[in-house]
Amino acid sequence: MKVLIPGALRSYTDSAQAEADGTTLAEVVTALDRRYPGIAFRMVDEQGRIRRHIRFFVDGQPVHDLSRPADPQGELVIVQALSGG
Amino acid sequence: MNPPRDTAGLVTLLVATRKGAWLYHADAARRTWQVDGPHFLGHVISHLVLDPRDGRTLLAAAKTGHLGPTIFRSTDFGRNWAEAMRPPAFAKAEGGRGRSVDHTFWLTPGHASQPGVWYAGTSPQGLFRSEDGGVNWAPCSAINDDPQYRTWMGTAQDGTPDGPKLHSIVIDPRDPSHMYMAMSGGGVHESFDAGRSFAPLIDGLKVVEGFDVSDATFHDPHCIRLCPANPDRLYQQNHCGLFRLDRPATRWRHIGAGMPAEVGDIGFPMVVHPRDPDTAWVFPMDGTSVWPRTSPGGRPAVFVTRDGGERWQRQDAGLPAEQAWWTVKRQAMTADSQPSVGLYFGTTSGELWASTDEGAHWCCIARHLPDIYAVEVAERGAP
Repeated sequence: MKVLIPGALRSYTDSAQAEADGTTLAEVVTALDRRYPGIAFRMVDEQGRIRRHIRFFVDGQPVHDLSRPADPQGELVIVQALSGG
Repeated sequence: MNPPRDTAGLVTLLVATRKGAWLYHADAARRTWQVDGPHFLGHVISHLVLDPRDGRTLLAAAKTGHLGPTIFRSTDFGRNWAEAMRPPAFAKAEGGRGRSVDHTFWLTPGHASQPGVWYAGTSPQGLFRSEDGGVNWAPCSAINDDPQYRTWMGTAQDGTPDGPKLHSIVIDPRDPSHMYMAMSGGGVHESFDAGRSFAPLIDGLKVVEGFDVSDATFHDPHCIRLCPANPDRLYQQNHCGLFRLDRPATRWRHIGAGMPAEVGDIGFPMVVHPRDPDTAWVFPMDGTSVWPRTSPGGRPAVFVTRDGGERWQRQDAGLPAEQAWWTVKRQAMTADSQPSVGLYFGTTSGELWASTDEGAHWCCIARHLPDIYAVEVAERGAP
């Protein structure tokens, strides 16, 4: 599926967009990490939880459960969400 | 900007801040400082440490506001950086209920006889070990997963404002298996088997009035240092004052009574002399009422003892005389090992201060940095 990468993670991808596949979103994240080592742990913690200031949207809808099936034709948007100085 | 071609024998300050890291390279007299940075602009850098065993490897404990924590490594003294393959992370627990590392807070190189070994302390409290120079990190289950230690760690509400921490990882220079560590909160602990097991070392310490002093949960050590010239001597800046421990004794002794009453003996950093175990420095802060955590009275000062903590003398020549409300965090004050010992501290207001005469006179060598979290000295080769 198509993955849109936020600015904070482009040091890994050198690109705003990536392709990664898997049967679940967790597998998509694992596939991203195989291609861009280290990127997964910056977004998802060691317990498999999306980090506090990261948001995932699939086809425009917020997603919190990474065990959700991944649609190869879908679009995953990863957003950095934080306010303050 | 690249560091000077040859800095062997010279002092470099490794400055970790809330918004990145900077290196300040001194000339031979430590009068002028060449700045190199920022590195990792925008990253929260909790600690930046040189491996004294090779004089060129740097580890940086990093995270950003959005992203999870990691460790950056340089094997050429900061010219190039690469990310750790496996940063400190807790063991995965069933059902996703386990803890996750918010940030690595403290880095300690291992014993001189064990090149490549490093230890890391995290928030929330966790102890981690690397055997390959910081590329891969493994959790120390004797601390991280032990039910008793988990109880002593308390909850996030029991810790410091930006999360409870494991810090002050100290390796006995005579024995790589003998180590100390401290938790805020959770007390001081000792291991004789390279971290496979630990036991509390809290006898003689104070806790906040009304709590059980025998329970490690209520102990809040701020910073512990071992004297290089006498590894049997430890100094501690604690939430409840200043303490000293002379092994093999196991009872800490309060040494803060000699501090002026209007200043008190509360603070965060603790600095020891590289060659004189009777000399140590502290940077007191206001720990009264609601704990402003500023310089007492807005008049910042270092205090030195030359007799193991019996008496303390104020050292403020060159520091602001009034209306300076910053303070110094637990990793943000340190000493070099030059013949005339240099002292350095970074402030919560982003100033970097230095003394080349053991604290007698101070000068500001950098201003307008972000909130300084840690200052370490890197000395490469003999002075």
